[in-house]
Parts: sequence; structure tokens; C-alpha cells
Amino acid sequence: MDAGPNSISSHKSRSRCAAAPRPSLQEAGSRPYMPPLSTGSRNPLAKCYGDRFIPERSAMDMDLAHYLLTEPRKGKENPAARVSPAKEAYRKLLAEKLLNNRTRILAFRNKPPEPESMLTDLRADATQAKPAKQRRQVPQSAEKVLDAPGLVDDYYLNLLDWGSSNVLSIALGCKVYLWDASSQSVTELVIIDEETGPVTSVSWAPDGQHIAIGLNSSDVQLWDSTSNRLLRTLRGLHESRVGSLAWNNSILTTGGMDGKIVNNDVRIRNNVVQTYHGHEQEVCGLRWSGSGQQLASGGNDNLLHVWDVSMSSSVQTAGHTQWLHRLQGHLSAVKALAWCPFQSNLLASGGGGGDRCIKFWNTHTGACLNSVDTGSQVCALLWNKNERELLSSHGFTQNQLILWKHPSMVKLAELNGHTSRVLFMAQSPDGCNVASAAADETLRIWNVFGTPEAVPKASYTGIFNSFNHIR
Amino acid sequence: MASRTASKDIITLRGSAAIVSEFFGYAANSILYNRAVYPEESFTKVKKYGLTMLLTQDEGVKNFIANLTSQLSEWLEAGKLQRIVLVIMSKATSEVLERWNFNIVTDAEVVEKGAIKEKSDKEIMREIQAIMRQIASCITYLPCLDEPCVFDVLAYTDTDVDAPGTWVESDAKLIDNPQMVKLHSFDTKIHKVDTLVSYKKDEWDEE
Repeated sequence: MDAGPNSISSHKSRSRCAAAPRPSLQEAGSRPYMPPLSTGSRNPLAKCYGDRFIPERSAMDMDLAHYLLTEPRKGKENPAARVSPAKEAYRKLLAEKLLNNRTRILAFRNKPPEPESMLTDLRADATQAKPAKQRRQVPQSAEKVLDAPGLVDDYYLNLLDWGSSNVLSIALGCKVYLWDASSQSVTELVIIDEETGPVTSVSWAPDGQHIAIGLNSSDVQLWDSTSNRLLRTLRGLHESRVGSLAWNNSILTTGGMDGKIVNNDVRIRNNVVQTYHGHEQEVCGLRWSGSGQQLASGGNDNLLHVWDVSMSSSVQTAGHTQWLHRLQGHLSAVKALAWCPFQSNLLASGGGGGDRCIKFWNTHTGACLNSVDTGSQVCALLWNKNERELLSSHGFTQNQLILWKHPSMVKLAELNGHTSRVLFMAQSPDGCNVASAAADETLRIWNVFGTPEAVPKASYTGIFNSFNHIR
Repeated sequence: MASRTASKDIITLRGSAAIVSEFFGYAANSILYNRAVYPEESFTKVKKYGLTMLLTQDEGVKNFIANLTSQLSEWLEAGKLQRIVLVIMSKATSEVLERWNFNIVTDAEVVEKGAIKEKSDKEIMREIQAIMRQIASCITYLPCLDEPCVFDVLAYTDTDVDAPGTWVESDAKLIDNPQMVKLHSFDTKIHKVDTLVSYKKDEWDEE
């Protein structure tokens, strides 16, 4: 590098001996500052500055610089006069070369019609502008934070549910509160007395008016939330606490610590319709499929059972199991269960602290389709009804909610806020908000599934099963 | 068209233009069907090029393509069309997902002097058939288009072309870092059409 500037500068000074200042100006700008040898009278001390560029005033052509600076001013006043024809031609040629101007790209003005939405319950109507999936901003903080003092920190319970009348119910110790999401008002439904309490599960009936409460004493109470009346108490179903509940029209399914699952028809006196035996330990997850044909149950014995209404017999007969599938993939308690709203035979399940995986199952064949390690205890799962997304809630260490894209299982968002494990989650009836309750005694509402749209709530039947074929 | 059927082996400029624009119409339909831009039910089968081709029944799309092909035909006769691009974009984000590029090289001599070329009709048909089959087989490696898509057609023409009011200037709608696959080409001796499909790389962590 040493030889370079010297040789160039000397060459330049030879060819343009008249314009002595020029070469040094060029050099100084492009290279580390080296005092040019051709022009003398440099400050010998300048050498010690090394790489630092120090403009040499004497090297500048002040006249030229002034002209260049003031040029635009002149140009504005009479632009036409300034441009020479040669320059114009040059500019044109340059533009042509650069812009490849020999081609025009044309598109037809009237665009072709957009395709009708083929899979109507997957995408919003073509008539409505839909916010782009990829760009949907998921708010990173909760929309609302409510106090939930006394929330029991027990993984195996199900203390939160959001009813179709837009009322959220939460059980705090022995009390059950109802929070009306539209009016933001709180009412106390019931205080259970100490002997029968605490409350171990709550579940709204599909009509949004009746609510079932499972108790530590193994009783199940049925309340009418509009009149705040206890309608009936189901006793003797289980030997110990009722940790999970699930409704299927007028059938209330209860899952107990004794491992039994009982189907009760709440309308009739002899409510017990069926009992499923299969779990050896507490049944903590219970979910009916959208069609009401299949019931998924997860237990502390790490098993996931799928029961079919058509298949069962009341007593386990020799050679026949009551369950349709016994899925043994998880290494820890299976509490988080969620049926896919747009693919009726797809079930997602989440494992507890020792497993930490979300697994996807085909409930027709019993095959495990996918397993994703989330790195943290999975406490609850919810599907987005409008998009192909899955929300999972976690415990130690981050206590976050993760929004996944399905089926790629890419993390779309991670919602932090809770300071201890997010045990319970429930989805609003319009499918846009999710409520999460954690052992830190807060209940947070997140607007994670998007803004409310006038999407017709398609029935979750198996019609759209056929759209799994490859085109 | 008349000239083509009347004298089988002699291709005129007009005839060639007709062949190319017709080819484009069928190719566009085929692409729309195979890439599931429009639902399958809206297509009907017709026999063409010795194959079963699918044409859309949707009035809007039919009209669009019909207008397109007639305009293309005009431009081809004038020798001004350089290429046609069918772009498939995501409806939601307007991001270009696929670009089907049909390059056209026109024999300038024919345009200027009106020379006539000879080529067997059958052979042209065969070449087109090969391309159609290739388009259909492309779905095996093209990434799935899970979301609703819309398509658009861009025409690259010479600067001095006379574009009717129905055509507007557009940008090239290119894809960043595309994967490109070159398909077969066909040649009417007057127009040579190359086919190339470029698509957005199927990123494993998306969709």
C-alpha cells in the first residue's frame, strides 16, 4: 500500500502538472491520509496522525467547491438553459441502459376476479377484507389483568371456563365468580362450604346459562347462572374429587381422581348413562370433539384415551376395550387437550413437566402425526377457530403462552406476563380473546386470535375432511 | 386460424400469433387449475393438443383470459411482444408466490417482410403438448399454495407499442431469491416460446 499512493500521485502530477491541487484532493478522500510527496510544504507533524483524515484547506479548490455548492440555486431559476444537449442525450442513454427501457411491462387494467373462498371456514369471506395472516399483530401484553386471589395452584384442576353467553367463570378456592366480559361486572355465584369444597372444576353448558361445578368431595353441582339457583347435585359418581368436566349437549361428563369417567344425562333422574374405565389415575383433561362423537380424556397415568359414543358397552367385556384408542405417547400427565375446529379427526394434546411435548393425533387411526417439544410444561391448549393456529400455555420457566402456526409449528408469538405457571385457559365465544389464569393469582385476557369478524361460525362437522387430499 | 387449417405446413405470422395466444390461454387455465387458484369444480374438460385440457367456467376469468389472448394476438402479429408472465400472488398479502414466464422470440424477418415459414402442424402440437404435460407435473415440486391466491398477467412489450387504455404500466412483480425451473419450449418458426417457472423458495418454517 505504501508504494501505491506515491506512484499514483506522481503519475498524476506528471500528467496534470497544471492542476496541482487536484491529485491530493482525490487521494485524501479515498485512502488513509498520506501526505503527498509531490506537493511540498506539508506540515511534517501531520504524519503522526496516521489514518485520520484531516482535510487540507490549502489542497481544496475553494472556487470549484463554492460553485458546486451554489449550483442548485442557479439551476432552479433557469433549468433549461443549463442542460446541454449532449448531457441530455447521455442521460437518456444512461436511463435506457439502467432501466432496460426497451421493454414496457403492462398489466391488464381489469384484474381477474378473485377466487371464491373454497374452504369457507378456514378463511374469511371473500367479501370482507381480511387482515393478512402473516402480518397480524398479536399484542404482546394482556388486554386486561384481573385479580384472582385464592386461585388454587393445582395442575390437575380445571378452574376456568368461558361460556357462550360471554360470561367467564372462575373458581377461587371455595368461591365461584362469574365475570361478564361485555359488562365487565363480577358476580359471586356460590360459596361452597369448607367440607365439600374447594371447587375442583367448572364448566359451562353449551347453552351458556347452566354451569356445572365439580367439588373436592366428589359432588357435582348444577347451577343456573341467570337465577343463581342450584338446580341439582349429582352425588356418588366418584370416590374422590371431580377434577374435570365436559359437556356434550345435555350429557355432562365428569372425570375423577379415581380414574373413572362418567357420562351423566342431567335431564333425567338416573343421571348415570355410562361409565368409562380406562385411566388408573386422576383424569385431568376431558374434551368432547366438535361433533360430539368422540371424547378425549387425559390422565395422570400419562395416557390419552379416545372414547367413541357408538362403541361403548357399559361393562368392559372380555376382549373388548371400551375405548377407541389408548394413546401412550406422553411421558407425563396429559391435561391439555384440544380438538381441531377445522379438521374433525385431529386432536392436539400437551404433556406435563416431564414430557413438555405437544402431540397431534389422528383419531380415526390413532396415529401420532406430530410431536413438538415446547421446552416447558404444557398446561392448556386452544385452537384458533378462524386461522390454523394453536395456542399453548406453559409453566416453568417462562410461564408464557405460545401461539403456533399449524401444521408447520412455527412460533408466531410468545406472550409473557404471568409470573407463575399458566394453569388454565379459556376462549371467548367469539373466538378472539383468550383468558388465562395462573398461580400468580391473576387472570389475563389476551387478544390473541384477532379482531372479531363476521365470519359465520361453520359447524365443525367432518365435511371438510375431504380437503386433506393432495390436489 | 383459417390460414393454419387451410395449408397445414405453412405458417403465417397471423397463424403463428394465433397458435401462441391460444397456447397461452390454455396454459393459463392449466396453471390456474393445477395451482388451485380457483376451485376445481369450476373447470371443465376439453380436448386440445391431444390432451384433456381444463378450462375455467367462471365468467369473469373466462372474459379476462379472452381479452388477454386477443390483445396478445395483436401484439404478436406486430412482433412487439417480448414475454408474458403469469403471476400468482397471495390474496392476503399480495406477495408474489409464483411467476410463470413465457419468453417470446419473434423472427423479425417475418414481421418486417411478411415471409412465410414452414413447420408441421403436428410437430408444433407435440411440442405444446409436452409443455402442457410439464406444467401439470410441476405440482410435484412446487410449494403448496395454502392460502387463497389471485393471479395476474403481465406483458413485456417494446416501448413503442400502442397499448390500449385497458392496459396499464406495471412493475415486474419479481420474487426475491426465487427457485427457477426451465420447462420445454415450442417453436412455430416464427415465434419461439420458452417457459420458465420461478417460485418463492418453500421455506420450511413458513406455512
